[in-house]
Amino acid sequence: MIASAIAGFARLVTGAVAVWLVAPRGEAVRVYFANHSSHADFATIWAALPSDQRARTRPVAAADYWNASALRRYLAARVFHAVLIDRAGGGEAAIEQMVAVLRGGDSLIIFPEGTRGDGTVVAPFRSGLYHLAVAVPEAELIPVRLVNLNRVLPKGEAIPVPVIARLTFGQPVALEPGESKASLLERARAAVVALDEGVRPEGTLP
Amino acid sequence: MSNLSDPVYQQLLGGIFAALALGTLVGQILKRRARTTAGRETVANMNQRINAWWVMCVVFAVAVVTGGIGSIVLFALLSFLALREFITLVDSGRADHRALLIAFFIALPAQYVLVGVGWYGLFSILIPVYAFLLIPAVLAIIGETQDFLQRTATIQWGLAICVYAISHAPALLLLDVPRYSGREALLLLFLVLVVQLSDVLQYVFGKLFGRHRIAPGVSPNKTWEGFVGGVTCATIIGTALYWATPFAPLEAAAMSLLIALAGFLGGLVMAAIKRDRGVKDYGALIPGHGGVLDRIDSLTFAAPVFFHVTRFFFQ
Repeated sequence: MIASAIAGFARLVTGAVAVWLVAPRGEAVRVYFANHSSHADFATIWAALPSDQRARTRPVAAADYWNASALRRYLAARVFHAVLIDRAGGGEAAIEQMVAVLRGGDSLIIFPEGTRGDGTVVAPFRSGLYHLAVAVPEAELIPVRLVNLNRVLPKGEAIPVPVIARLTFGQPVALEPGESKASLLERARAAVVALDEGVRPEGTLP
Repeated sequence: MSNLSDPVYQQLLGGIFAALALGTLVGQILKRRARTTAGRETVANMNQRINAWWVMCVVFAVAVVTGGIGSIVLFALLSFLALREFITLVDSGRADHRALLIAFFIALPAQYVLVGVGWYGLFSILIPVYAFLLIPAVLAIIGETQDFLQRTATIQWGLAICVYAISHAPALLLLDVPRYSGREALLLLFLVLVVQLSDVLQYVFGKLFGRHRIAPGVSPNKTWEGFVGGVTCATIIGTALYWATPFAPLEAAAMSLLIALAGFLGGLVMAAIKRDRGVKDYGALIPGHGGVLDRIDSLTFAAPVFFHVTRFFFQ
């Protein structure tokens, strides 16, 4: 119940208009990967999911941030069921954690840029997405484009401004046979970037 | 629900809902008769608009019959949604964040609290004086000078249109019109009725007879035929409602004309902003209409003008 209240609050604050170019429910587990410019990012994606999917979709987040206070620990563990990654612990342990979650039948929300940007450009992706695609080939990699989140809650601010956010869930990106790491990561990044173009609010002039 | 026992409210609200019922009926008949694809689309959009009108009229009727507090809460909410649509449309960046927080969470609520407590003096200068000066001061302290004047003016304009101007609608309840005490909410009802009727009738006349565009670069839907027909009819209806207002028939006619003309200019200016930003609508909250600001664009000009003319001549 707290989870749906928080999801409702997140939708209210961001006024998020979600566009689905892919069915909201897939057959396989999913890895939602998005551009990152705000602390409100994953809550926005998470809140836009159908409620049954939300319960089975876990954001990947930094352990040092989410373990820093009792409230954050509670939210991460009980509400978001976050997969907390030890940033100092190295990539392999983190990938193992995420692979275990996917094999257990839950989906993930990740931000492959690794850190929050200023919302103007999508930075090159780190390699985690590729390793997940190799380890769990049946997982669908769903690009998600967040627009205006950097204006709702920019880096370094605590109170959100109620600018209307927009998020678009795109068609899955699949690892081609024999595809290189760099190629998949660049295609995945391009998929996120492309979702901003040609997807404008209903009624928008060309 | 104190006002509902007043027969004047009953008749006005009864008339509004009767007109809506008639509109719904006509919409259903047109739906059966539409033959071409374009015709069907126009009728479908019209019916969607009519359905949304039912919701808007019920919400507004509840606000008006509950008197002061209902109207203040409703218009505060409309201001919030309108400002949100306005700011979403402009290029606000990270350096504007604190100034926007002031606009949304200090200036806006304060303006409506002032309406609520009836402090007219501060109500009339809070945004044009204090917010006007505070916003650029905050932006200067933050220190980003790129596009400084444009960013400042944008936030100031958003506040002036979406908050200050709109707040003059519920502020009509503060006016102390002789021999009209306790019925001030009818002024609000009169204003909203005439301005929205004018909008709707301009749309209807434009669809039926529209040939000559007034400002094709700004809005393809505004035609001279629609303008003349809509403004004339709204003025006639407003005049016919003089018995519900503190105005004599000729005064009611002048007021209705003023409301319709100001409303037209409001719609035109808000359309120019949309054109500049390359969008058709401010939002998608109201099915068939667009955003909140698309629906109350004419009110942003009509409310302050009607408020001050009434205050000057009748208080």
